[in-house]
Amino acid sequence: MIIEWGWLTTHTDDLLALTLDHLATAVPAVLLGLLIALPLAVVAHRVRPLRGLLLGISNIMFTVPSLALFVLLLPITGLTRTTAIAGLTVYTLVVLLRNTVEGLDSVPAKVREASLAMGTGRLGTLLKVEFPLALPVIMAGVRVASVMTISLVSVASYIGYGGIGQLFTDGFQRSFPTPVLAGVVLTLLLALAADAVLVLVQWLCTPWMRKGARA
Amino acid sequence: MIRFESVTKRFANGTTAVDDLSVEFLEGGITVLVGSSGCGKTTTLRMINRLVDPTSGTVSLGGRDVRELPAAQLRRGIGYVIQQAGLFPHRTVLDNIATVPTLLGWGRRKARARAAELLEVVGLAAESGKRYPHQLSGGQQQRVGVARALAADPPVLLMDEPFGAVDPVVRTLLQDELIRLQAELHKTIVFVTHDIDEAVRLGDRIAVFRTGGHMVQFAPPAELLARPADDFVAGFLGAERGLKLLSLISLQNVPYEPIAAVKTTDTAAQARAEATGRWLLAVSPDGKPAGWLDVDALDGSDAIGQAALTPVRGLTDSDSLLSALNETVSSPTGMAVRVDAAGVLVGASRDDVVHAHQRSLA
Ligand SMILES: Nc1ncnc2c1ncn2[C@@H]1O[C@H](COP(=O)(O)OP(=O)(O)O)[C@@H](O)[C@H]1O
Ligand SMILES: [Mg+2]
Repeated sequence: MIIEWGWLTTHTDDLLALTLDHLATAVPAVLLGLLIALPLAVVAHRVRPLRGLLLGISNIMFTVPSLALFVLLLPITGLTRTTAIAGLTVYTLVVLLRNTVEGLDSVPAKVREASLAMGTGRLGTLLKVEFPLALPVIMAGVRVASVMTISLVSVASYIGYGGIGQLFTDGFQRSFPTPVLAGVVLTLLLALAADAVLVLVQWLCTPWMRKGARA
Repeated sequence: MIRFESVTKRFANGTTAVDDLSVEFLEGGITVLVGSSGCGKTTTLRMINRLVDPTSGTVSLGGRDVRELPAAQLRRGIGYVIQQAGLFPHRTVLDNIATVPTLLGWGRRKARARAAELLEVVGLAAESGKRYPHQLSGGQQQRVGVARALAADPPVLLMDEPFGAVDPVVRTLLQDELIRLQAELHKTIVFVTHDIDEAVRLGDRIAVFRTGGHMVQFAPPAELLARPADDFVAGFLGAERGLKLLSLISLQNVPYEPIAAVKTTDTAAQARAEATGRWLLAVSPDGKPAGWLDVDALDGSDAIGQAALTPVRGLTDSDSLLSALNETVSSPTGMAVRVDAAGVLVGASRDDVVHAHQRSLA
C-alpha cells in the first residue's frame, strides 16, 4: 500500500497549517505582482518604444532558474518569507504584464476618446473606463499567474517557506510517499479553488458580460 | 461663436490635415463640415474641444481662446457625438447618459433623473435605461449617444458622422429627429459628414472641404447649390444639384386655387354630379385628401369609399418645390394638392403654376 491513511488522519492539523502557510506566500506574491505589473503595463501601453523593452525584461526574468533567483535575493532579504514572495513575484510579472498590456490594447479607441471628450481626465479614463474594460483579459492573466504561483511555492522549500512543498522534502528524505501524494493532491485542490474564486470575482465585477446581459 | 483664425494642423508624420483655416460658425445653428474622407473634417472638429491642438492659429469659443480653460473643464461644456456612438460598454444606458452630469458633481440621483428625462427626449423607452449598449440596435445606440451629449445641456454640440453607421431608413429618421430637437434647443452644432445630401438637409451653413485641409466654400445650402465656388465644389455637389436646390425651396410662395372634391362617404351619383372631367379628388370625412377618383370607372351608386383611388400626397407650405414637381408628374391631373398643417385640404396648384414658380427662381 502506497498511501498510509493513518498518517493522514494523524496529520490533518499539519496539513491545514501548511496549506495556510502556502497561501501566505502565494497570495502576496500575486498581489505584489499585480501592483507592479499594472503601472508598468500602463507605461508599456502608452509609450510604444518602452513596450518591447519591458515585455522583454519580464520574459528574461522568467527564464532565471528559481534556485538562482533565491540565491541572488538572499543577501538583500535573507532567509525570510519576503525572499520567497519576491522570487515568486518575478515569475508572475511575465504573464500579468503581457495580459494587462493586451487588455488595455483591447479597449476600443472610440470609447477611450469618448471618455476624454466628455471631460474625464486621463487618470479617470484609465481607472473608470480602460481598466474595467480590460478586466477580462487582465483576470485571465491573474488566473494563470495564480495557478502557476501556487504550484511554484514548493520551490521555496529551499529557504524554508515552501508551504505544502515541505511535504515533498519530508517524504523524499524518508522515502515515504504518503506526504508527497498528499502534497500533490492538496496543491491541485488549492489551485482549483483559487481559480474558482477568481472566476467568481470576475463574474461579480463584470455585470455587463453576463449571459443575461447579452443581446 | 466658434471662430478659427488662421488655424493649421500638421501632424508629426508631416500630414497637413487642416491648412490655414479662418471661419466663424453660426451661434444657434447647424454648421455642416462636408468633404470626402481624409480632408480634415474630423481634425477641424477635434480642435474645438482640444482633442487635437492646432500647430498654429487660434480657435475660440464664445470669444475666448479654447486654451484658456483646462481641457477637461472645456470638454464638459461641449457635447460630443461620434459614429457608432462610442458608448461605454460596461455602463448601463442610463449611466452612459449620466456621465457628464456625474463629472460635474450633480450627485447620482439628480444625474440619473436627468438621464431618464433625456431618454424620453431622444425617443427611447424608459426600460432601455437599464440595458447595456450592446443590447440596443445601432439606431438606438446613436440616440443614446445624442442623449449623452445633451445631458449637461451644453450650448455647443460636436457631431462626427453620427449617423454614418446606420441604414438609410434609420438615418433619415435620426436626421428628422435632430431637426426637431434643434428647433427646440437651438444649440450651436458642428456636424461632420461626407454625405452631401445629409449636409443639405441639416445645414444652416455648409463648409466644403477639399483634400489637404482646405475649406473651399462656406455658404448656406441654397447658395452653395445655386452658385458653387468652383468645379471641385460643383463636382462634389453632383449632377443632381438642381434637384437638391428644389428640395430646399418651400411652397410658401407657390399659389394655389380651390379644387372640387367629394367625400369618400358620398355616393357615386354625387361624384358624377360634381365631376367636370375624368378625375375627381376624394377626401376623407375629416377633410384630408384620400386619393384621385376615376369617375369613368365608377359603377352602381355605392359609397365612393369602395372604389380604387389613385394615391395622393397632400403638401404643406413647408414641403419642398421638388415634392410639388413630383406630385404634378405623378398625379393624373397634374395638380399638386395642398393641405394645412393639420393635413386638411386647402386647394391645389396646377402644374403650370408650379413650373412658373420654379422658372422664376432661375
Ligand atoms: N493622429 C494623426 N496622425 C497623423 N495623421 C493624421 C492623424 N489624424 C488624422 N491624420 C491625417 O490627417 C488627414 C485628415 O484626417 P481627418 O481630419 O480624420 O479627415 P476626415 O475626417 O475629413 O476624414 C488625413 O490624411 C489623415 O490620415
Ligand atoms: Mg473623419
